[in-house]
Amino acid sequence: MIVKVFGPGCAKCKETEQIVREAAEASGVSVTVEKVSDLREMMAAGVLSTPAVSIDGSVVSAGRVPSKGEVVSWIATAACKQ
Amino acid sequence: MNDTNSRAKTRGLWNDAWLPRYGAAIVVLASLWWTAYSCIQRLSSWLVYDALALPRDSHLGSALEFFLYDTVKILLLLIALIYVISWLRASLNAERVRDFLSGKKRGLGYALGAAFGAITPFCSCSSVPLFLGFTSAGIPIGITMSFLITSPIINEIAVVLLWGLLGWKFTVAYVAIGITAGMLGGLFMDALRAGRWLQPFVLESMKTPIRPLTATRQKLSVRQRHNFAWGEMTSIFRRVWKWVIVGVGIGAALHGLVPANWFAENLGAGQWWTVPVAVFVGIPLYSNVTGIVPVMEGLLTKGMPIGTTMAFCMSAVAASIPEVIMLRQVMTVRLQATFLGYLWGMFTLTGWLLNALQGVLF
Repeated sequence: MIVKVFGPGCAKCKETEQIVREAAEASGVSVTVEKVSDLREMMAAGVLSTPAVSIDGSVVSAGRVPSKGEVVSWIATAACKQ
Repeated sequence: MNDTNSRAKTRGLWNDAWLPRYGAAIVVLASLWWTAYSCIQRLSSWLVYDALALPRDSHLGSALEFFLYDTVKILLLLIALIYVISWLRASLNAERVRDFLSGKKRGLGYALGAAFGAITPFCSCSSVPLFLGFTSAGIPIGITMSFLITSPIINEIAVVLLWGLLGWKFTVAYVAIGITAGMLGGLFMDALRAGRWLQPFVLESMKTPIRPLTATRQKLSVRQRHNFAWGEMTSIFRRVWKWVIVGVGIGAALHGLVPANWFAENLGAGQWWTVPVAVFVGIPLYSNVTGIVPVMEGLLTKGMPIGTTMAFCMSAVAASIPEVIMLRQVMTVRLQATFLGYLWGMFTLTGWLLNALQGVLF
């Protein structure tokens, strides 16, 4: 499973990346976390407001810092679908 | 077994009763808030003149009283109003704004772009992705610009602070100018066909507008709205309280230490050329609204004319060096120069107009 964190590099984006990494660790699922700061890639993913998080290509959160619990539950849901 | 059953039942009831409990908590907290809010003036003057026994006519005493009163008042206002406003706009996000704006007629589009800029929350590091998202969805550059100009100038925090510190007339003037600046900016950019001056890769992407998936619109329950509003309130408050203290501190220092009318007497503040100079200084400065409004109050009470103050503060909020560097990724130098030139001209004219009307309106 690939989880991407989109953000040009502001404080909120770094915080989100940190939370996503912790959540990935805690979820027990095998997850690759990527940080995306390239504008074109953001545009292609349809991300409008940052920080945003996508799981396997679908954007699950945008414009805010999610909580660790939320991210864990997103990862769990995505793992179920697989 | 009976025991677990009844426990589950109680928990069920507890969850069912969430809404009434929520209502009751709101009523209790609102009345507590109101009581606290109406006592600030008395409490702060008691603390300064009775508890600390500072002399009533001292500069230090009045500066300290001003500081305590304003800080507590603003923080209380922020807590209540951010919660209420976030509750109301919980279902609004950048995706819905984009879907709504795409395909609108230009005239109406500028007004809507500016209006949405005023009500959507917006982190300045989102400005570039947002800009790209809007243009690649086929929204004309003018409408995007209207959004982009108004967005940093007006937000709920600015309105709360202006209302609390400078009164409703000033707040209405500020909001009206912010929206007008956005609308005219959009009109101006389209009239110049400024879209030509975007970076080539943006132009390329505009040739094949991506029809993005329209954002799914979900109905929010009261509980979800509460969760969103609570989250916004705590996160904004955590970020902003120190700036309120810094801003009010500067305001209080001006209030207590700078003699009245100092600006009028020493800076030639009434001269026509002070307005364009103030805007010129304000544009590269990076400030957020939270810090600047208390400073504005300080400047005004010391005889800085209203138009000059407004022009200076708006230009400090609307643009800054970090933002210009960020937007450089999507705009060419020519477009940026036009953008900054427009802001400079617009705020200068506004400043002159308000200075001329000062006697009539304020």
